[in-house]
Amino acid sequence: MEDLAVQALNGLASASSLFLVASGLTVIFGVSRIVNFAHGSLFMLGAYLAWTLTGLGPLAGLGGLWSFWGAILLAALAVGALGALLEVTVLRRIYGAPELFQLLATFALVLIVQDVALFLWGPDDKFGPRAPLLRGAVEILGLRFPRYELFLIAVGPVVLGLLWLLFHRTRFGILLRAATQDREMVAALGVDQRLLFTGVFFLGATLAGLGGALQLPREAVTLHMDMAVIVEAFVVVVVGGLGSLPGAFLAALLIGELHAFGILVFPRITLVLVFLVMAVVLVLRPYGLLGRAPSGAPPASEVAAPLPAAMPPALRRAALAALALLVALPPFLGDYPLILLADFATFVLFAASLHFIMGPGGLASFGHAAYFGAGAYGAALLFRHFAAPMELGLLAAPFAAGLAGLLFGWFCVRLSGVYSAMLTLAFAQIAWSVAFQWIEVTGGDNGILGLWPSEWARGRLAFFYLSLALCGAAVLLLRRAIHAPFGMALRAQRDSGLRAEAIGIDAFRIRWLGFAFAAAMAGLAGALFAYGKGSVFPSVLGISRSVDALLMVLLGGVQTLNGPIVGAIAYAGLQEQLARVTDYWRLLLGLVILALVLFFPRGLAGAIRRGGSP
Amino acid sequence: MLAVEGLHAHYGRAHILHGVSLTVGRGEVVCLLGRNGAGKSTTMKAIMGLVPPSAGSVRFEGASLAGRPPHAVARAGIGYVPEERRIFADLTVLENLEVGRRPARPQLRPWTPEQLFALFPSLGAMRHRTGGRMSGGEQQMLTIARTLMGNPRLLLLDEPSEGLAPVVVERMAAAIAELKAEGLSILLSEQNLTFAGAVADRACILEVGQVRHEGPMDALLADAPLRARYLSV
Repeated sequence: MEDLAVQALNGLASASSLFLVASGLTVIFGVSRIVNFAHGSLFMLGAYLAWTLTGLGPLAGLGGLWSFWGAILLAALAVGALGALLEVTVLRRIYGAPELFQLLATFALVLIVQDVALFLWGPDDKFGPRAPLLRGAVEILGLRFPRYELFLIAVGPVVLGLLWLLFHRTRFGILLRAATQDREMVAALGVDQRLLFTGVFFLGATLAGLGGALQLPREAVTLHMDMAVIVEAFVVVVVGGLGSLPGAFLAALLIGELHAFGILVFPRITLVLVFLVMAVVLVLRPYGLLGRAPSGAPPASEVAAPLPAAMPPALRRAALAALALLVALPPFLGDYPLILLADFATFVLFAASLHFIMGPGGLASFGHAAYFGAGAYGAALLFRHFAAPMELGLLAAPFAAGLAGLLFGWFCVRLSGVYSAMLTLAFAQIAWSVAFQWIEVTGGDNGILGLWPSEWARGRLAFFYLSLALCGAAVLLLRRAIHAPFGMALRAQRDSGLRAEAIGIDAFRIRWLGFAFAAAMAGLAGALFAYGKGSVFPSVLGISRSVDALLMVLLGGVQTLNGPIVGAIAYAGLQEQLARVTDYWRLLLGLVILALVLFFPRGLAGAIRRGGSP
Repeated sequence: MLAVEGLHAHYGRAHILHGVSLTVGRGEVVCLLGRNGAGKSTTMKAIMGLVPPSAGSVRFEGASLAGRPPHAVARAGIGYVPEERRIFADLTVLENLEVGRRPARPQLRPWTPEQLFALFPSLGAMRHRTGGRMSGGEQQMLTIARTLMGNPRLLLLDEPSEGLAPVVVERMAAAIAELKAEGLSILLSEQNLTFAGAVADRACILEVGQVRHEGPMDALLADAPLRARYLSV
């Protein structure tokens, strides 16, 4: 009984801080239509700044009370100001860009903030002071409740109330609500949108900063807070309904309690539970608990130019020359370059498979690593439990991943846009949680070791040729499918679902099969990757790997055939080179991505095709 | 007051306006006529900066507006009432009006919600109703009232009678006549000749993105061959 009450309280306190972060995210999305990946980074900065401000600075001299609460507020406002600054310098330039590019830009900010935090605060966890006035516990009905938790529980509803007042009782709030519905009309009525947008980023970032700062007495400040929080906040916002504040509050309560009780009831599947709930909600209510379907017709997607039937001769010659080099040169290379080249081959296939559903299919996947990992684990589990050789593993991997694609895809391809992307993320997190928590079968965090290629392919050179052959063949197969009647149907339903249906194309089925096919190809890449490394860990299914794939495709350009190839090599090469020269490779990578988004919105391959002029 | 000269505009690659030139004098009501797709709405959007003009000039009370963002055009004193009405569906009538509110202009009596409710009495009875729960006619009144809250000197009215019941059209014509009597200049686009004839002083007929005829409204109404040439379907 006591446990239950304490857990419930714990859940409510977590729900409050989740709500603070999620409300900022949903408010920013409502007005700017930007899904801000960097929102978790703002939360993290709030926590770090509060740690610094409570520890030193002029506030410390003012005595306990001011030094703590003043620091919390100052940290939140400083993060708010930073959010406004980011809007003015970066995000303002990309409002017109495609959704995925905005995501890419905000992800670049995540990378940059991570390294800036590492530089400023170092890699060690920071522990904050306890809150003055709220130390210790109070006794209610014979149970002891920590005072600070009770305070946090109150913060959620208070902030919800204040936000309600802001949105309904002030001109700024009314303008924000109007802009959420029709930005252009608001401008035509004489409202300068720039101020509105900067204002909304200030508001959202302040909420994120406040959420982070208030965590200080509760948990250690670490460099991993950003990704942990952003994923949870995405779940809350999507479950509640994008743009709905009461929805975010409700969803935060749900997720907070689910975490708290999940540990008591299903300790083995706590991680899966949250994402399972999200998947169920999205299947039953595709626009979230309190969200509404976007009114009117779906926004006309920018129609992609038809794919060229053949490569220009110059590009074709260059590609053939590159391929010839790849076949002829390796015998003269050392082990390290060979390992790199084999990795590049798997990344190219991984990116090409994601491109297949994103470009021709028109579906963004945030969880493509699930299928990469399904292939890797498919092969590894066959090896671990049945001692299967590599040949069998490589054969089984596409089937394992394809099956996962059929299963998850059936849910994901029903939705569109951000909701579909979030559902793919949820399924990838479920897959990751299974690999992480089902220790008897998957080995959990320790992974599965000793997964080596068969004797004949064990040499670095032989394994590279095997990778090149398999990945090359799979990429050609993907390209063939894009030009086949199946690929045309896939592109037709992307450009106009209604028109495609009207001429007899079963859009759902085409998308579903396309999703599964892409998953199978990712699975082959995953298995090759696993044999190359000799082991599998849950990280092959992790968010960062999904993001890697997205970045490769976006860097290369979504609507170009060679994009994923160029993008994969550029991204993997860049990451590798940067990691070699500096500890702050994330910072440089982030800056490079940001520059690319701002100056080459069509991706690298698009820029090359058009003679390098951005 | 408003002088548009050689205005060109594109939607993507489609060239819609091929050099539109027209003027609206102080206190005058000018009606844009023409078949569907002639460029009436695009002319208004290009004046507002919602579709950036690719060439040509828009001068309003001496200031050059071509290429300025929509909010700057609105602040200069041009109010835009879109054809699709574009009411904020989740906002109440009063909140919709609040979004349109701009500071008063010198020598112009500022509009207040109460005065607008006098002009459109049915709106006054539903101050707290959300825009999404109003009829088409009520929405049309609200969209005009919302734009008037910005105290414009010139009103761009895009097809105000479209899709409305005949009774509501009559009331709309009366309201526009009242606005004209207040001294407001209006550029109107219409398909309904009766409605246009009731309120407009002058007519401009557009065809394929160019002004093909310009003259007094009465003369147009009297000239059947001219109407047949440009307006009959």
